[in-house]
Amino acid sequence: MTGFDTAIQLIYVAAASAFVLGLHLMNTPATARRGNQVSVAGMVAALAATLALIIHTGAISATGWIVMIAGALVGGGAGLYSARTVRMTAMPQLVSVFNAVGGGAAALVGIHDYTRLAGAGQGVAGWITITTVLDVIIGAVTFSGSIVAAGKLQGVITSAPVSFPGARAVNVALAVVALGVGGYLIGTPSVALLSVIIVVSLVFGVSMVMPIGGADMPVVISLLNAFTGTAVAMAGFVIDNWAMIIAGALVGASGGILTKLMADAMNRSIGNIIVGGFGTGDTAVAELPGASAGVRAIEADDAAIQLAYAAKVIIVPGYGLAAAQAQHAVAELADVLESRGVEVSYAIHPVAGRMPGHMNVLLAEANVPYPQLKEMDEINPEFARTDVALVIGANDVTNPAARRPGTAISGMPILDVDQAKNIIVIKRSMGQGYAGIDNELYVNPKTSMYFADAKKALAGLTSAVKTLVG
Amino acid sequence: MSTALLTDITIFVLSLWVGFEVISKVPATLHTPLMSAANSIHGIVLAGAMLIAVTADNALGYVIAFIAAAFAAMNVVGGYVVTGRMLKMFRRRSVPAAESKSAVTAAAQQNGSGS
Repeated sequence: MTGFDTAIQLIYVAAASAFVLGLHLMNTPATARRGNQVSVAGMVAALAATLALIIHTGAISATGWIVMIAGALVGGGAGLYSARTVRMTAMPQLVSVFNAVGGGAAALVGIHDYTRLAGAGQGVAGWITITTVLDVIIGAVTFSGSIVAAGKLQGVITSAPVSFPGARAVNVALAVVALGVGGYLIGTPSVALLSVIIVVSLVFGVSMVMPIGGADMPVVISLLNAFTGTAVAMAGFVIDNWAMIIAGALVGASGGILTKLMADAMNRSIGNIIVGGFGTGDTAVAELPGASAGVRAIEADDAAIQLAYAAKVIIVPGYGLAAAQAQHAVAELADVLESRGVEVSYAIHPVAGRMPGHMNVLLAEANVPYPQLKEMDEINPEFARTDVALVIGANDVTNPAARRPGTAISGMPILDVDQAKNIIVIKRSMGQGYAGIDNELYVNPKTSMYFADAKKALAGLTSAVKTLVG
Repeated sequence: MSTALLTDITIFVLSLWVGFEVISKVPATLHTPLMSAANSIHGIVLAGAMLIAVTADNALGYVIAFIAAAFAAMNVVGGYVVTGRMLKMFRRRSVPAAESKSAVTAAAQQNGSGS
């Protein structure tokens, strides 16, 4: 290894250290920004080293330069524009799109290297074939799967589980074909067969994500993130690039952990979620007698009185808050209540929203200080001494039916909202949650339902509290 | 199995463990920025996209290199910018000196009891 190559490798190691340090600094909100800066520095160093390597080697053609620079400018511009303009409520879609392009790029790196080697009639080393096949399969699945996920989150594709009889068999068949053809390639290099793998993997990505419903999206996005990382690591094997192997493995591991955390928070296995959403099985729903009986509706003025004269209020946000873009409205209501001396905190269920930590980002955007956002285990004991629990667009994560066996959500950890002295639920209609079962919280005698769009309801409550107390 | 491959596999496996260790400690509050940060880190694939532009020598190769560079650049630039934008929003309430002092004490006590 020449001195120059050694220098490049050392810079890659330094960049990888910066990525690890950057992720480590994400441990607390206070240091997280510095973490991102450290990570950016590592990325700049790694890319600069790569550029130096390319110039030093001197093998790149003029067309190669043009293609590289034009591609980077087009992509960089698109990334910058979308990152600057995206609304915080659309964050899950954007993360999905970045997953898609990252996975796609990783697959393309493998595809290019393979076509070059196999097309030249040379033999391809066995381990290069294995890593290429894994890279292409995972990258292509991530690409099409993430696009479907983004479409579902954006509402372009229905967020309900889409499935057909035998879908599972089709998925298994696709996986078998992709892996089987990949295994065959080890002895016999063939660009045509690699194309088969590409097509099959793209189809698999679509058929994997289509049957997964909206509320399972936190799991799916984390999983696709892990996939992209793994694909990038595999691409790193193919072109023997340490920086890509390390960074890809880091992301693969972090995505894997988040996926596990999200699945645990729904008391479901990752396999169970991938195989199909709620309501597609034949789970018996054990109804409580009279579960669909009387529901008590409430108007803004009455709800405002309860809130204004409470000592302690816990706000329970869910996807409905994001869908209605009501994060600023809820923060305003909280400010008004706090100025009256009411103690306000937020109960955040791990899978509230459409991606891990979704609610935290939305409320941070609305200037809610993060110490007010409490995780489930921390806040649950506090509901018993809470005067009013204000549920906004959250459903299944508050359903006490989860504590009994025999329902679709049995065993899922929930927020103990029903322990509060009074409960106000802001909801557009009596529609069921994603799990397709009635929420027993709504018929609890302590519960009042305020039927309205979350944003309008919160604005109404805020002005009612203001008039009430002058 | 070549030494180079063994080295690559060693690096890969150890990096996986480092990833598990580092991420396990991140609080739920930061899960979205964390994911977004991880997202930007896999933008390192841009290095790969740049390198395949070197070996490309026909039309197909150039098309693939162009798309790969565009995809990867979108990933890396967008990822970091949006992560930075998100993290900028996370803040404590601006607190008066006395209160922030008591917060520090509370944090210190918490650390003490935690260890």
